[in-house]
Amino acid sequence: MPTGVLDQLGRGLLLTVEMTALAFAGALVLGVLLAVCRISPVPPLRLAGAAYVTAFRNIPLLVLLVLFVFGLPEVGLLYPLFATVALTMALYWAAFVCEVVRSGVRTVPRGQIEAARALGLTFTQCLRHVVIPQSLRSMVQPLGNVFIGLTLGTSLAAAVGVPELTGQAQLVTLKYDNPLTSFALTTVVYVAITLTSGVIAGRIERKVAIKR
Amino acid sequence: MASGPGSAARVDALLQLRRVNKHYGQSHVLRDVDLDVHAGEVVVLLGASGSGKSTLCRCVNRLETIDSGEIVLDGTPIPAEGRELARLRAQVGMVFQSFNLFGHRTVLDNITLAPVRVRGLPREQAEARALELLDRVGLADKAAAHPAQLSGGQQQRVAIARTLAMDPRLILFDEPTSALDPEMIGEVLEVMTELAAEGMTMLVVTHEMGFARRAADRVAFMDQGRILETAPPDVFFDRPGTDRARDFLARILRH
Repeated sequence: MPTGVLDQLGRGLLLTVEMTALAFAGALVLGVLLAVCRISPVPPLRLAGAAYVTAFRNIPLLVLLVLFVFGLPEVGLLYPLFATVALTMALYWAAFVCEVVRSGVRTVPRGQIEAARALGLTFTQCLRHVVIPQSLRSMVQPLGNVFIGLTLGTSLAAAVGVPELTGQAQLVTLKYDNPLTSFALTTVVYVAITLTSGVIAGRIERKVAIKR
Repeated sequence: MASGPGSAARVDALLQLRRVNKHYGQSHVLRDVDLDVHAGEVVVLLGASGSGKSTLCRCVNRLETIDSGEIVLDGTPIPAEGRELARLRAQVGMVFQSFNLFGHRTVLDNITLAPVRVRGLPREQAEARALELLDRVGLADKAAAHPAQLSGGQQQRVAIARTLAMDPRLILFDEPTSALDPEMIGEVLEVMTELAAEGMTMLVVTHEMGFARRAADRVAFMDQGRILETAPPDVFFDRPGTDRARDFLARILRH
C-alpha cells in the first residue's frame, strides 16, 4: 500500500482527535451545567434539564447529525461542517454526562448536604466543598465510558461527509479497493485511543480517591 | 419595664412558631403548632415516634417547608430560599441524629469549613477556634482524624463543635443520641448539658428523659402533630396534664 495512504489516514486521525477533544470538552461543560439544573432547588430549571436529557438521549446520533448538518442551513444557519458536527456531538453526549454527574452526586449521603445547608453554605458552596469532592471518584469510570462512546461515535461523522478517520478509510478503500487493510488499520487506531483512555481513567480514579 | 394591665410584659421570644401546619401527602404531620423559645432557654420536645417532633425541628431552619403559619427568628420570618435563607441558617445550628460529618474532610476541616466560607473568617483564626472547641468537647487529639476513624459518640461531639464554630443563636438537636450505642450516649449528653448550663438557646428532640429532667427549662409534649402541653420538666413528669402524656410517660418509664 502506498505511503500516501498513511498520510491520508493520518489526516483523518487528526480530525478524529480534534473532534473528540472539542466534543468531549463541550459535553463536559454543558453536561455539568445540565446536572446542576437537574439537582437545583428551582423547579423550572429541573424541568428544563430533564427535558433536554430526554430529548437528546433518545434520538440516534446519526439522526441528530443529519438534522443539524442538513437542517440548520434550511433555516438559514450556515456553519462550517466540522463545527456543526462537533457541536452536535457535544450536545448529544452532554445528556449522558449530565446523568453521570447527577448519579455521582447522589452517592453523597443526603444528610451531609443537609448539614452543609444547615451551616449556611449556599447551594453552590455546598456543591463545591461537599458534594463534588466526594462524588468525583464515582464519576470517573462512567465518564471514561462516555469518552469511549464519543470517540467511537465520531466515526458517524463520515456519514455526513467529514473526512475523519473512518471517512478517510472509506476514501482509501474506494481508491485502492483494499477494504480489509484500511479498516484493519483504522480499527487498530481506534482501539489504541480507547484502551489508552481506559488506562487514564483508572489513574484518575486512584488519584481522586477519598482518604478515609 | 412597663407592664400595662393585662399585657404580658416580656421580651419577644427568640424563636416563635405560630399556627404552623404541614402535610406529607394525605397525612397532617404538624397541626396548628404554636411554640416560643426564649433566648437562653432549653426546650425539649417529647412525644412518641411519628408525633412530628423531628419534622418541627427541621422546619425551623427550613430543611422542611411548612404549608401555613409562621416561623419567626428574632423578629424576622424565615425566608423562603436563596441567600437570605443561607444567612438565617448560619445563625441556627443543627445537630443531626446521624452526625452528618463531611466524609472527605478531617475533623478540623469539618469545623472550619463554614466559618471560613460563610463567615469569611481567616483560616488561622478559624483553626484556632476549632481547636478550642475540640478541646471543649474533649477531642483535642482528633483534629487530624477523618470522621470514619471516630466512634459515633466522638463524631457527634465533633458535629456539636462544628455547629458551635458558627456562634449560633439557637441550636436545634434532632435526636442527637438516637443513633448511638448506649455507652456513648452519656458523653454527648454531658456536652449538651454543659451547653445548656452556659445559657445556649436549645430546641432538643430526644427520648432521653433524664436529660429532659436535668437540662430543660420547659418540656413540650407532642402527639399526632400537635403540642398538647408545655410545662417545666418537674411539673410535666410528676403531674402531666393530659391523658396522652400520662400514657406516654407510663410506656417510657415502665422499662
